[in-house]
Amino acid sequence: MAVPSHMEFFIDPNRCIGCQSCVQACGECDTHKGHPMIHLEYVDRAHSTQTAPVVCMHCDQPTCAEVCPADAIKRTGDGVVQTARKPRCIACNNCVLACPFGVPKMKTEFQLMMKCDMCYDRTSAGKKPMCATVCPSGALFFGTREQVEQLRPRSTPVNQFRFGNQAITTKVNMMTPKAGHAEYVDVTAAMNEGAIGKEITLNVLMNGLFSEKESQ
Amino acid sequence: MAKLPDQLSEITERFGPHPAFSAGVRLATNVEPDKIVKTHCCFCGQQCGIQLKVKDNVVIGFEPWEDFPFNQGMLCPKGVKRYLQGSHPDRLLSALERDESAEGGFRPIPYDQAINRVASEIRRIQSTYGADSFGVLSGASLTTEKAYLMGKFARVALKTPYIDYNGRLCMVSAAAGNKKAFGIDRAANPWSDILRAEVVWISGANVAECAPITTNYVWQARENGAKIIVVDPRITPVARTCDLFLPVKPGRDVALFNGVLHLMIENDWLDHDFIDNHTAGFDAVAEHVREWTPRRTAEVAGITERAIRQAAEMWGEAKSSFLLHARGIEHHSHGVQNVLGAINIVLASGRIGREGCGYATITGQGNGQGGREHGQKCDQLPGARDINNPEHRAYIAKVWGVDEKEMPGAGVDAYELIRKIDRGEIKGLLSICFNPKVSLPDNNFVARMLDKLEFYVAIDFFLNESAHHADIVLPGSLHEEDEGIVTQVEGRVIKINKAVDPPGDAKQDWRIIQDIARAMGRERGFTFNEPREILDELRVASKGFVADYSGVSYEKIERQGGVFWPCPSEDHPGTPRLFEKGSWNPIAKGAGLFYFPDGKARFNVTPYTPPAEDVDEEYPIILTTGRVVSQFLSGTQTRRIGPLVDQYPEPRIEMHPRLAENLGIEDGDWTTAESRRGRITLRAQVVTTIRPDTIFIPYHWAGAKSANQLTIAAQDPISKIPEYKVCAVRVKKAEAAPNWADGGRGE
Repeated sequence: MAVPSHMEFFIDPNRCIGCQSCVQACGECDTHKGHPMIHLEYVDRAHSTQTAPVVCMHCDQPTCAEVCPADAIKRTGDGVVQTARKPRCIACNNCVLACPFGVPKMKTEFQLMMKCDMCYDRTSAGKKPMCATVCPSGALFFGTREQVEQLRPRSTPVNQFRFGNQAITTKVNMMTPKAGHAEYVDVTAAMNEGAIGKEITLNVLMNGLFSEKESQ
Repeated sequence: MAKLPDQLSEITERFGPHPAFSAGVRLATNVEPDKIVKTHCCFCGQQCGIQLKVKDNVVIGFEPWEDFPFNQGMLCPKGVKRYLQGSHPDRLLSALERDESAEGGFRPIPYDQAINRVASEIRRIQSTYGADSFGVLSGASLTTEKAYLMGKFARVALKTPYIDYNGRLCMVSAAAGNKKAFGIDRAANPWSDILRAEVVWISGANVAECAPITTNYVWQARENGAKIIVVDPRITPVARTCDLFLPVKPGRDVALFNGVLHLMIENDWLDHDFIDNHTAGFDAVAEHVREWTPRRTAEVAGITERAIRQAAEMWGEAKSSFLLHARGIEHHSHGVQNVLGAINIVLASGRIGREGCGYATITGQGNGQGGREHGQKCDQLPGARDINNPEHRAYIAKVWGVDEKEMPGAGVDAYELIRKIDRGEIKGLLSICFNPKVSLPDNNFVARMLDKLEFYVAIDFFLNESAHHADIVLPGSLHEEDEGIVTQVEGRVIKINKAVDPPGDAKQDWRIIQDIARAMGRERGFTFNEPREILDELRVASKGFVADYSGVSYEKIERQGGVFWPCPSEDHPGTPRLFEKGSWNPIAKGAGLFYFPDGKARFNVTPYTPPAEDVDEEYPIILTTGRVVSQFLSGTQTRRIGPLVDQYPEPRIEMHPRLAENLGIEDGDWTTAESRRGRITLRAQVVTTIRPDTIFIPYHWAGAKSANQLTIAAQDPISKIPEYKVCAVRVKKAEAAPNWADGGRGE
């Protein structure tokens, strides 16, 4: 069984409320029970409630697999980059250091790299991944491209990323606002000056994050 | 005599809270469950559909229930980990009797012996001091069948007027406001109407953390083009990306609503046809809000004139809208006025009772809605009937087969019931599904009152902190150990299904109540064999009045994915949207859309009054309290679920860096907040996402970590809701870490 090609994963940090439902549910998945593979972080809690969930992006040419000296990481034909194979993994940490998205986790107690496998036991059997099923904000969504276009007219799915000179195409999509600017809401500004969020350009985040094609 | 055992650490050692984690069969992979039970989450008023996996009478995990229409498989972290409350090491497996010499202060006793002791103590107290000397505190997480039975038990078996419930801390301001304005207390619309609204106004509702599933409705409305307005003293996760954020000063919501209505009138953003044909009282309200100019509103509400104008324009010009509010505007000594202020701007817009035009409070507790309709509220009889109304009394007396004259009248609210202990008027207490020592304001006083009781019996599945004070503890049932209906946030009646049997001597709560009645020799009317039989009587008892459940059945709920009340007959599908032309209305009887004899909704004049305890030189900072997503209410369940404890292990004091800097406090510092009633020392969390004049503490913890040591027992004069959302405190860097900081629980 394989993950059907018309079913895709979409991440929309704009919707994320930081509730950790995805993290808690990830640990319920049969392939890594008790060990959540999702990363969910506050971007800067001192100044914002913004959180960002990160699942494995399932790269077309996975850096983790490329740097693995033991050939333990395999990408199946359906585009899912599987977690390291236990008989092969030598727990060298190369993948953890190399992944541009910071996804793999080294589980020293098992001497094994583990990471999100898009709930392969579920998605290869026609179900949705656990995280994208329970996510109450829709920040993690699993469905068809047609569904997402209909449900999310304000956003564009992006699956090409650039890190320095490395261009990466992924199976997982990141939803990015069609209307460009990130908004920043500030309590004291709203108390004293004006109530609408001030637009600030998050240069650090926006520049170079997306390929030229996508950022135009 | 109810008195806290000396060795608190011994109690917590024996009875918890201990955090439970997945282990054994729950952690094993590829386990084939014996059965999968479609039911609902045991926590909040969203009542998400969930499937529980059961193996050998243990709930071992869950599977999302994607076909249930409200949440479509979505869950918050509490729902995901709810299964860990079962087979818990802290679970009460037998009845307990207070015994100073026993480990933890309690010794197990046979169930029947405990029941007989409870019955004889009730008899002794009532024969010595009168029937009115015994009180009952019940809860809104009980199924509607149980809630109904509790009201009947108090009035018929105990013959006491003194029953009230913990919805008093939750939904009553909204309920009272809705009844005054609409004549009915229920969300006016199903949540699907949020998706069709041009503007979604959210006042005092931390949707993302307290009603997480509603987030998706709000975001989907935004995708469909809606503007989102959030009114909150904190930038909640939903406020972060809203179109307009109004960081209102805690306790000033009605000023904002008055100011918005002022501008709606000034700019003629009114639906005159609707106001003329379907409402009453507009002129008086218009006259009253004339003084609520943007300038005055801004001064009182602590936000800018520009913000108020923007809000009024967005709201005023919209063609469709949905206004949501929750405890943020309701937990006030003028909570009902806040609610009525919100309803005024809805009525003035005419946007209610139609597709995409809605209004609702976001009910908090699991059965917050159903639990407040059928008689465990101190002034109410089933069907949302009034206990002071002679016709209503006569009808219910007939259903119950008792003499109307013998039925007690209205009692008092839950906090007044505690005050009656202070005055020596109440000597004995039964509590179920209620943890007043944690959840009531000024709770050091509450603890002293529990100690003052001659006899206190608590029914619960874990030994909650209030039950520490009990003479007898009876082992009740978990949500998944019983069946029955609850009514969720939209007014949709749904069915809780039984997944496992209660362990040990634990019993379904309705059985315990009936066993007490039987032991008291008052068995008549308490011989139900299953919840279905209780529902059958409730259907009759609710028939013909506003909260009419007479057409609700387990089968119809399963067939339709829930039944929205009112549902007045077998062939009636239920009423998802209220106030539509032609919809069933036993009060207006065709005269109009609303639940008054003339069919007209009521505008209410909503004067602003400051909080009962405003800040001053001595106590210069506002304290507001609320929830975090991973904990629920007094934490009896969620403080025992390991992964939820780990997610947010202990409360922190949220404050703005400007305030922190003035006080010389840095992020993570031990910080003491002190009110006139109590003090608390917690770590500071310094964030720019809160007003600089306000601090926030979540309230889910007990003992030294309990925010309600500080809160004030001031109450709304109409709803009697306590003012959890505002009191005055002073804040300073702590002299030392609290004694629980080195690993003790502080409880």
